[in-house]
Amino acid sequence: MVAYLYLAPALILISLFVLFPLLHTVYLSFFRWDGVTVGTWVGMRNYQQIVDDPQLRALFAHSLVLVLFYAVLPIMFALLITALFARRTIRGMTFYRAVLFVPQAVSLVVVAVAWQWVYAASGVANQFLGFLGLNRHIAWLGDFNWALPAIGLIGSWLLTGLCLVLFLSGVQKIDAELYEAARMDGASAWHEFRHVTLPGLRAELSVAVTLTVVAALKSFDLVYVLTKGGPGTSTSVPGLEIFERAFIRQQVGSAASLGVVLTLLILSVTILIDRLSKDPQ
Amino acid sequence: MTAVKARALRSGATHAILLLFSFLALLPFVSILLISVYPADQAPSGLALPHSIDLANYSRAWQAGNFATLLRSSTIVAVCVVTLASVLCILSGYAFGTMNFPGKSVLFILFLLGLLLPFEAVIIPLYYDERSVGLTNTYAGLILPEAALFLSFGTFWMRAHFLSTPRPLVEAARLDGSNSWSTLWRILVPNARAPISAMLVLFFIWSWNEFLLALVLAQDPQVQTAPAGLSFFFGEHTTDTSTLAAAAVIVTTPVLIVYVFLQRRFIQGVTSGSVR
Repeated sequence: MVAYLYLAPALILISLFVLFPLLHTVYLSFFRWDGVTVGTWVGMRNYQQIVDDPQLRALFAHSLVLVLFYAVLPIMFALLITALFARRTIRGMTFYRAVLFVPQAVSLVVVAVAWQWVYAASGVANQFLGFLGLNRHIAWLGDFNWALPAIGLIGSWLLTGLCLVLFLSGVQKIDAELYEAARMDGASAWHEFRHVTLPGLRAELSVAVTLTVVAALKSFDLVYVLTKGGPGTSTSVPGLEIFERAFIRQQVGSAASLGVVLTLLILSVTILIDRLSKDPQ
Repeated sequence: MTAVKARALRSGATHAILLLFSFLALLPFVSILLISVYPADQAPSGLALPHSIDLANYSRAWQAGNFATLLRSSTIVAVCVVTLASVLCILSGYAFGTMNFPGKSVLFILFLLGLLLPFEAVIIPLYYDERSVGLTNTYAGLILPEAALFLSFGTFWMRAHFLSTPRPLVEAARLDGSNSWSTLWRILVPNARAPISAMLVLFFIWSWNEFLLALVLAQDPQVQTAPAGLSFFFGEHTTDTSTLAAAAVIVTTPVLIVYVFLQRRFIQGVTSGSVR
């Protein structure tokens, strides 16, 4: 019974500031409410709107694009590098790890400030294009086609280091004898990767996929600071739309319904990844 | 001979790639640092070395951005969140890790839920409910939800480490007549120094960098935290490049200092598999 006494303080805090607000979000999502006057019950209408309104559907399409940049690219890239250098103890790895991880510790607002110069008219991105002989000055963050990929690329930059650190440390833990055996059998590099490295990285892969996909789905900071969803609505994402509807445009109920959908999406993705990574083959 | 050569070549390539990635990871920050010491009227947006160094940008940013207040608020919030959340996580991790009680699995799921939720799931009622009880624009109004949202991670983190503490150690303390409270603080906690410091570092950096909650719940300049303050500064000083860069450096320095000394613990925590 003494266990409850140890749990009580944490449980009270979680109930007041996580569980109750969560239920309250669900409750609010059934109302039309401007945040001031009395709300009106509208049933499922806010949810219906997410399905019907192309601008709201676009939020999730943009999220999907970000998943490509935040999760797919960094993981593929980090896997490739890990495969090339598999199971070699790398001297100075502690140093590389510390440096590669720096972006994880820095505020995303600071990251955004740094990258808006990379994307400025005479910034590094255009300098790089010029270096390649393409003298085109793209206004990356102000362009309808480029703004979303430009934000996505910041995510790729942010998360590739994380995936690399995860995989390079994971691959060291794989039993060296498995590689010896593969060599003995005359396995090709692809075969070795497919049957030794990849299964050996199962745990790290599941962590990497979860962290990166969730980061893409709940992205807010970078978009808020850099584009506020623009130009037009070309970089609008659920996190930003929830913020704007709830605190600026006085569409609190609609914001809450988006919050519920985003939460369900993140919950199901996390649970799905967890299930898949546990299933042996 | 060729095998030795091949190995040397491969190790050279490994280091070349890792150096390239390290360079890329630091590049945006190096460019901020360079821009921040440029004389204000010559600041570039590309990458270039300054001819002369001008530290006046820092004093200008410090004044214009009200950074004395911002850093004070950030420090108060971070220190309180770290203290409150850590103590509660040690207590609840202890319960989950070493005791059996009815309802354990249900409570476990409730805690697990907190680990998976995006902050967007709770931010709306947090604001409107805090506003109705007068908690918005107070330190407590930011500290309490931050601590609550970090509790799930910390509880699981401490539970895992208490579970792996050798049973004989705990049994011996029990036999010596030690009650559960003193067993925790005299045996288990000293034994878990490494994971506890990892948790402290994570909570500090998360709290320092937290943006959405700070932006919504602490809008008053007197309680605003550094990242939120920087985002407003960014909106107002987009063209004043070197002052903005100096402001970004000011906001980053405290976390970087913590990071330099405790990066190993931080990495250990982030890569452990928590969602946040």
